[in-house]
Amino acid sequence: MTMAATDLPPPEPSRPVILWRRFRRNRAALLGLFLFAIVVIMALTAGFIEPDDSLRRAGVPLTAPFINWDTPLGTDQLGRDILAMLFYGARISLLVGVVATLISIGIGIVIGALSGYFGGWVDDVLMRITEAFQTIPSFVLLLTLVAILGSKIEWIALAIGVVSWTAPARMVRAEFMSLRDREFVDAARNLGVSNTAMIFKEIMPNAIPPIIVYASVVMALSILLESALAFLALGDPNYASWGNMIGQGRAVLRSAWYCAAIPGVAIVLTVLSFSLLGEGLNDALNPRQKK
Amino acid sequence: MSLPIPPILSYALRRLFQAVPVIILIMIGTFLLLKLAPGDTVDALVGDMGGADAAFIERLRAEYGLDQSVWVQLWRYMAKLAMFDFGWSFVYEQPVSRILLDRLGTTLLLMATSLSMAFTIGIVLGAIAARRAYSLTDNLISTLGLIFYATPSFFLSLMMILLFSVKLGWLPVGGIKTITGFYTGWDHVADVARHLIMPTAALSLIYLSFYLRLMRASVLEVAELDYVRTARAKGAGETRLMVHHIMRNALLPVVTLLGLQFSTVLGGSVVVETIFTLPGLGQLAYQSVIQRDMNTLMGIIFLCSIIVVVVNFLTDLLYARLDSRIQLK
Repeated sequence: MTMAATDLPPPEPSRPVILWRRFRRNRAALLGLFLFAIVVIMALTAGFIEPDDSLRRAGVPLTAPFINWDTPLGTDQLGRDILAMLFYGARISLLVGVVATLISIGIGIVIGALSGYFGGWVDDVLMRITEAFQTIPSFVLLLTLVAILGSKIEWIALAIGVVSWTAPARMVRAEFMSLRDREFVDAARNLGVSNTAMIFKEIMPNAIPPIIVYASVVMALSILLESALAFLALGDPNYASWGNMIGQGRAVLRSAWYCAAIPGVAIVLTVLSFSLLGEGLNDALNPRQKK
Repeated sequence: MSLPIPPILSYALRRLFQAVPVIILIMIGTFLLLKLAPGDTVDALVGDMGGADAAFIERLRAEYGLDQSVWVQLWRYMAKLAMFDFGWSFVYEQPVSRILLDRLGTTLLLMATSLSMAFTIGIVLGAIAARRAYSLTDNLISTLGLIFYATPSFFLSLMMILLFSVKLGWLPVGGIKTITGFYTGWDHVADVARHLIMPTAALSLIYLSFYLRLMRASVLEVAELDYVRTARAKGAGETRLMVHHIMRNALLPVVTLLGLQFSTVLGGSVVVETIFTLPGLGQLAYQSVIQRDMNTLMGIIFLCSIIVVVVNFLTDLLYARLDSRIQLK
């Protein structure tokens, strides 16, 4: 007789394993993860593709794709390598996206947490400010901030964060309002936990899953906003950016449409990847929520 | 003897009153932005004249109230904004309010066509997807929605221009009307409509995806409710069920989103109007940024905000009309 190992219950899978199983059930989310991985790899390997300067002249201007293997995706009207700019553009999109998302979610958490936790006049004042920000067309405000601050990449990321925090703030506020009346909060309050500890140690951990899901939405939006700015030639001129490539490609649209089409497809796939990732994260982190 | 105020009117008045602090905050915000921007009105004026001596600049500053305390300046600025006086544009050599008035019509027209297209197609596709939930049709529609969301309007615009204007030659590349056309009557309407097809499609696609998703979720939710089952049990056909029973309630959150989205769509018009050279507020906003015309830019921000407040107010009224659960108290 063999050892009755089968009598033992199988070990509980760890939390990451559970999350991964739920995530992977959504096939679209797996596609999102795959696309996201490609963009990250592009951003990381940009230096190998073109070690010197992605904005230098690499070949005959307006070479079509798949003709010269030094510049596999062709060149633009200034003879710059489209493939190299595409890889460096992935860097800028991810960089601006991540920084802007951190700023946006950061402001959103502070405003939403204070508003939802304290309620009353704090909520009134903060919500009027949020409404004011929501009322002003955010892209016009973004243009204005860039006009005032200048087109440096740091300022652009900051400006995008400043115009996109209202939706996260409302979401965090709603989470806090529903959580603050739960029993565990009452219990903590009876134990004399301070307001600061209550917000950050007791309630916040419970609000994190929807915040993470929302971050992927903000990330997609930030990348779209950065590319729109760059398209309008209001981005940082020192870096290759997908939006800027499309803006420049507009001038040669009739003869060399690939100059605009290639970076355009890159934006679509990147934004799509974040939307799909967000859905998968939602399945993994909020399994009880109805679809 | 006082007349009894109808509940819808008192509801409307209360909602208007709630908008006041938001408008005041926006006034303060635009004032702060003006102060943050390098240079003030007098700098612009003096720059326009090609320089002036210090005493004259001092006198101009006093004349424009720029020697007063910040609070006095803020107060005067707000009083002027409340009268829709946005100051002078040194780029266009005109009062800002007159420039804005010239541009307003085009933008409102583009908003109307884009939002009605996004809303109509969005709710129809959303309802179809929900009725065939998890089927191939649903997957197809939902995937399309995600791709629409991920496509930047400027990229879509360029690709449409490439296809419909450059390759096929069907549609004009830009402008609001044929300049050499001098059309009148219905010919003029048809001419403008032709110019609006691509901008409308470019601007509405992203928002269409929002309405589609929300409508799908909303129909799925409403279809589960008891009253729908009752109606079905009483023998209502699926089409009648959809149109008369489910739609009305499922539309409520979508109507709210319509109001909330209006401000974002106005922002989106900057890119679309710039590409298609439509003479609206969005194009003006972009030109003002390039030319550092802060007075015009602040005028646009304030005017757009007022439009957003009005639209939200109207959607609230519509919502109250649609949802009998809202007590108009």
